[in-house]
Amino acid sequence: MNISFNLNGKQAAVDVAPDTPLLWVLRDTLGMTGTKFGCGKALCGACTVHLNGMAVRSCQTQVGSVAGQKVTTIEGLAATHPVKKAWVALDVPQCGYCQPGQMMQAAALLANNKRPSDADIDAWMSGNICRCGTYPRIRAAIKAAAKA
Amino acid sequence: MDHINQPARRDFLKGSAAVGGGLALGFYLPGASKVAEAQAATHSPNAWVKIGTDNSVTIMCARSEMGQDVYTSLTMLVAEELEVDVNKVKVEFAPPAEVYINALLGGQITGGSTSVRDGWEKLRKAGASARMMLVNAAAQQWGVDAGQCKAAGGSITGPGGKKVTYGQVAEAASKLEVPKDVPLKPVSEFKQVGNKAQKRLDTPAKVAGTATFGIDVRVPNMLYAAVAMPPMIGGKVASFNDARAKNMPGVKAVVQYSRGVAVVADSYWQAKKAKDLLQITWDEGPNANNDMGKVWGGLKEAASQPGAVFREAGDADSAMKGAAKVYEATYELPFLSHSPMEPMNTVADVRADGATIITPTQFQQLVPFVVAGATGLKPEQINVITTFLGGGFGRRVEVDYTIDAAEISKAVGAPVKMVWSREDDLTHDSYRPGGIYTARMGVDAAGKPVAYTYHGTSPSISSRLFPSIVKDGIDPFAVEAIDNFPYAVANHKLTYQMHDAGITPGYWRGVSHNLNCYVVEGFIDEVAHALGKDPIQYRIDNLEYEGEKHKWSGLSAGIAVGGRMKTVLEQVRGKSGWGKKLPEGRGMGVAVMEGYNTVMAAVVELSVTKNYDVIVDKVTYVVDAGPVIHPDQGSAQMESCTIYGLSACLFGEITVKNGGVEQMNFDQYRVVRMNETPKSIDITWLPAAKDQPPGGLGEPATAVVQAAVGNAIFSATGIRVRRMPFTPENIKGAMA
Repeated sequence: MNISFNLNGKQAAVDVAPDTPLLWVLRDTLGMTGTKFGCGKALCGACTVHLNGMAVRSCQTQVGSVAGQKVTTIEGLAATHPVKKAWVALDVPQCGYCQPGQMMQAAALLANNKRPSDADIDAWMSGNICRCGTYPRIRAAIKAAAKA
Repeated sequence: MDHINQPARRDFLKGSAAVGGGLALGFYLPGASKVAEAQAATHSPNAWVKIGTDNSVTIMCARSEMGQDVYTSLTMLVAEELEVDVNKVKVEFAPPAEVYINALLGGQITGGSTSVRDGWEKLRKAGASARMMLVNAAAQQWGVDAGQCKAAGGSITGPGGKKVTYGQVAEAASKLEVPKDVPLKPVSEFKQVGNKAQKRLDTPAKVAGTATFGIDVRVPNMLYAAVAMPPMIGGKVASFNDARAKNMPGVKAVVQYSRGVAVVADSYWQAKKAKDLLQITWDEGPNANNDMGKVWGGLKEAASQPGAVFREAGDADSAMKGAAKVYEATYELPFLSHSPMEPMNTVADVRADGATIITPTQFQQLVPFVVAGATGLKPEQINVITTFLGGGFGRRVEVDYTIDAAEISKAVGAPVKMVWSREDDLTHDSYRPGGIYTARMGVDAAGKPVAYTYHGTSPSISSRLFPSIVKDGIDPFAVEAIDNFPYAVANHKLTYQMHDAGITPGYWRGVSHNLNCYVVEGFIDEVAHALGKDPIQYRIDNLEYEGEKHKWSGLSAGIAVGGRMKTVLEQVRGKSGWGKKLPEGRGMGVAVMEGYNTVMAAVVELSVTKNYDVIVDKVTYVVDAGPVIHPDQGSAQMESCTIYGLSACLFGEITVKNGGVEQMNFDQYRVVRMNETPKSIDITWLPAAKDQPPGGLGEPATAVVQAAVGNAIFSATGIRVRRMPFTPENIKGAMA
């Protein structure tokens, strides 16, 4: 079945079963591998993308449900975005695998909350697991991005 | 994927001669280099450096980048002596080759916090040797003495304003003799090593989302495999029915391989959906009825055996009898999963005349041999390419998943990307072994230790993976942080009993440091409190300053480090505000350890709620690790170890039932998240002593923080929790 949606500002059309998770359409069908597979159950946040500006777990988002809508992935988050700049400035990533999801989650936070407190950051970011333990730097980078 | 190209084969041979000191294993893989033979216009003075006629400089990274920063820190070591700006070089992951063997581990392995320790001299010499060859080439071209020439910033200047770039003399240099004597610049002249402002070289790609992890690899005509593996450890496929699975959309094949059944399809999701429709009957194997009652029962029974003695002095038994007071405690530590964020995966392309294996591995050297065994090819026909690793923590020292992918690719006759689900990953890990540990200490009337015994019982990892290093019943990777027991007790006897509990044991970040440090540091804390002494002062008063060389802990300092321990303990007392008045339910705990020739002390400050939840507020470290190559990332490793250790001691426990692991995903295997992260991790680095070599930083704090948390819980509640993890159930259970 043909499904089209706006991906990072461009039209994307795929011919896949509509119940296919957006994650695997991005990764396998479209070759956009920046969005990561971590748990497949919306428990870790590695697959986080924006759907119409909202952070969603692409492993639990059926591609059929995004037809005609706007999807943004890590590849579509501008290099000049304050979150990406703060992540670079503070050398947040270690292994880096969870970081696309962390950044997409953080960008959605800052879109709605210009000055998040520690408690806001805890509440908003606790769905995203990092096994390298970059949380202290993620926290600092979100604050830095908020000031930018 | 330009960062996973490979150097030409002739380079290794030459490089081997140039930097061949201390190579322990004689593997050389002549077929491992086909990719880059075609690369034109680059020249290699040795196996670590490639210089293009366009002045591009490429430095080979022979360790796997799994977050711990080898991509940058090892490159800094080469660049320092090569006299190039590390920020302008390209980095490539090295293929398996003898020259890249880690002398401290005897193989091309990333682990044991050894990458910087192994590379400290070797990589600077590689850079210096290449630089000397470039300078010699320029000097010859100008007809001057090399001593009149100077290298800096990728160029060489000579008398009379002469100047050439590295690229201009690279070809000539690569034909010159490799220097035999390679002097290194003194630490005081370092311009890049130790630079606090240095950034990670892999951050831009990791922030852009373009860094290639194993799971991201795509090759032409590639198919995707999802797998069904036996739920019980040691099980096998007895029979299966694939009637429904093979008729699902996109499915190309259903194949049985050694460990399970794979569904191969045009996309991962198609393969996964079809895999869920397989009907498999398992041959449940020898562990079919294993459960935690049997696991702990078996460990307890094994613990009653005398075990093998790994360190002894005086007569511990009679000194114990003569002691004014004897203390004893038994600790139970659980099995743990590695759970890196990137599930296991590999791209394998197995053909009749050779194979390419693209994989996130910590042990690329072993891959050609196991894949050869699985496919009938020869090791030299197997090309291995290492990607970025989405976490490793020891899990990727295992090569099981590369074998699986190779078997599946061979069976379907096409390149295949095998991707494990999180459930596959959690239930088919090799687990940090659990164990039972009993420590006894006799003290004299003044509280001074006079006798100490320690008896550890746990599965032996090395017996499975490297049996040749297990001797006389001792696994060196079971007695870390106890073989180097840091306190002076004239009469002591330390023993280890190995026991197979039916749960595959594996190397897990910090390995047995985690087990033994918790017991050693928990028990000394118990004794100090029982004697009414300050835990920091009691440790300081009883440190060992000299003694016999430690026999087993090959990656540790190997000698008593009482002086270094005294310093870190004294400093952490001041930095942490030790002894300050704390509100009810709040406590501070200390731990100290030497591991990987790094000495560190930690003080944890935490609160225990009315519901017995532990909230870690602050961790203060003082670290004596010698020179730190990339200081900001040294701190990052301390932060990383802290969070990893907290996940383990607060929540971590793998259990089995019906022979299989019960924890399937992150809802059942809880790890620390942002809201559980301490608000402060404060790290003080001691300056390096003269000629002090670097210690390892990728692991030790993982162990130290766990012990300090246990001691802080006691300080907060008066409850000594001898069974990890520190969950409300285990804390309440310890009150009785």
